[in-house]
Amino acid sequence: MIKKGWDEFEIGAMLRTFDGSINDIAGTSQDDRSYSENSSYTASVADWRLIKPVFNKDYCIDCQFCWIYCPDVSIISRDKKMIGVDMDHCKGCGICVEVCPTNPKSLLMFPEQAEEEAEIASWPAKDEEK
Amino acid sequence: MSEMKKIKNLKEFSTSADRFEGANLLCPGCAHSIIVREVLNATNDDLVLSASTGCLEVCTAVYPYTSWDASWIHIGFENGSTAVAGAEAMYKALKNKGRLKQPDRNPKFVSFAGDGASYDIGFQWISGCMERGHNMMHVVLDNEVYANTGGQRSSSTPIGSSTTTAPAGRVSYGEKKNKKDMVSIMASHHIPYSAQVSPNKWKDMVKKIQHGFSVDGPVFINAVSPCTTEWKFDPKDTMLLADLSTDSLVFPLYEIIDGRELNITYRPKNVVPVEEYLAAQGRFKHLFKDEYKHLIKEWQDRVDDNWSYLQRREEARV
Ligand SMILES: Cc1ncc(C[n+]2csc(CCOP(=O)(O)OP(=O)(O)O)c2C)c(N)n1
Ligand code: SF4
Ligand code: SF4
Ligand code: SF4
Repeated sequence: MIKKGWDEFEIGAMLRTFDGSINDIAGTSQDDRSYSENSSYTASVADWRLIKPVFNKDYCIDCQFCWIYCPDVSIISRDKKMIGVDMDHCKGCGICVEVCPTNPKSLLMFPEQAEEEAEIASWPAKDEEK
Repeated sequence: MSEMKKIKNLKEFSTSADRFEGANLLCPGCAHSIIVREVLNATNDDLVLSASTGCLEVCTAVYPYTSWDASWIHIGFENGSTAVAGAEAMYKALKNKGRLKQPDRNPKFVSFAGDGASYDIGFQWISGCMERGHNMMHVVLDNEVYANTGGQRSSSTPIGSSTTTAPAGRVSYGEKKNKKDMVSIMASHHIPYSAQVSPNKWKDMVKKIQHGFSVDGPVFINAVSPCTTEWKFDPKDTMLLADLSTDSLVFPLYEIIDGRELNITYRPKNVVPVEEYLAAQGRFKHLFKDEYKHLIKEWQDRVDDNWSYLQRREEARV
């Protein structure tokens, strides 16, 4: 992609999200789309994140609360199942953890550099207070 | 007309193929995008969209990127509504002349705008769209402030809120005037549908958006959009703030059909005191000082009064 300088900006620009034409975008899953390099889908905001969500599928009941309330389209849901977090688009807001209803939660926030496998292995136990 | 998308429950809803993308530059935890996703995912139809200048626009179309998988236009701060209205009028004209290449496709026309762009600067343009009867929907992302330019008050800012142009301090408790009742004003254009929605009640939102898409004529939607930066709360609490908004009745959820028939669509089982809603946000922190505490009671009285007004209207079918 040719990036233009601040003083080379054109008045009125059209950005094409896809390479080629797509006839039924609402019927085409993200996995099957040919995003152009102008789509923010191809970009990353991962470096914004200070803390990250880790997903433990053992407790997940696929309620999809995290999917609907994630502001950054970062919960990967396929066929009514939560399958993971899109780490290029997740900004680490923590909303998904707050709305997860399971006990213990199926998503928890950890420092960006935490080891996912180790955190899942030492997942907190059920909280009896609830 | 094309068939309405069937969304029985959240699992079914989650099979939607999103047409709004990540790696946009909205703040972490921004409710604007949660609202946009709930609106866009309510239909499978083609979309013709606009965004007036404001956080949503400047954060989702940062050259050379776009986050929109639909026909989307940005023009001025004030005239996103008219841009969509123009597209809709063109669509109708081409349809009447039999010149549409795919006449069976049934695009939905939606303009998104902040409260600044809707309550103030785009006000007359939206009023014109409603009055002319365009088949379009205007959605306000109501964060009660001009967030994108640093948090100046708008005519949607509620009393007692500290903003950069109405700051709380030694001589002032912040914003002095009360929030404009935009839903009533728009309903008074006798449009087929206007409603207030909140992202935490996704089902209510989807139902209202689908109803809005199914009627012929202008639709006005006011969506409460908790803003982590200007309301001053932790980004993880966006949905908590939306819950507090609806459950304290600060943002009651209702609809007005044909400018007259008012229906309340959500009655909280346990109504939360307004104090809890205020206490959760930094913009109201000063109200808890002794000299301003009476304002909290005033807030509660006003919210109670509005709720009883809405109930009376609902009952009287006016
Ligand atoms: C005619 C005009 N006046 C002022 C501005 C500067 N401006 C850009 S964004 C913005 C604030 C937008 O506030 P709002 O519509 O409430 O949306 P938010 O950013 O809060 O989502 C302002 C004042 C402009 N772009 N055009
Ligand atoms: S932390 Fe925020 S952005 Fe990341 S997946 Fe959770 S809700 Fe989405
Ligand atoms: S909110 Fe929790 S339980 Fe529900 S789908 Fe997401 S991770 Fe699973
Ligand atoms: S300032 Fe508020 S409305 Fe704007 S992007 Fe940030 S959270 Fe969203």
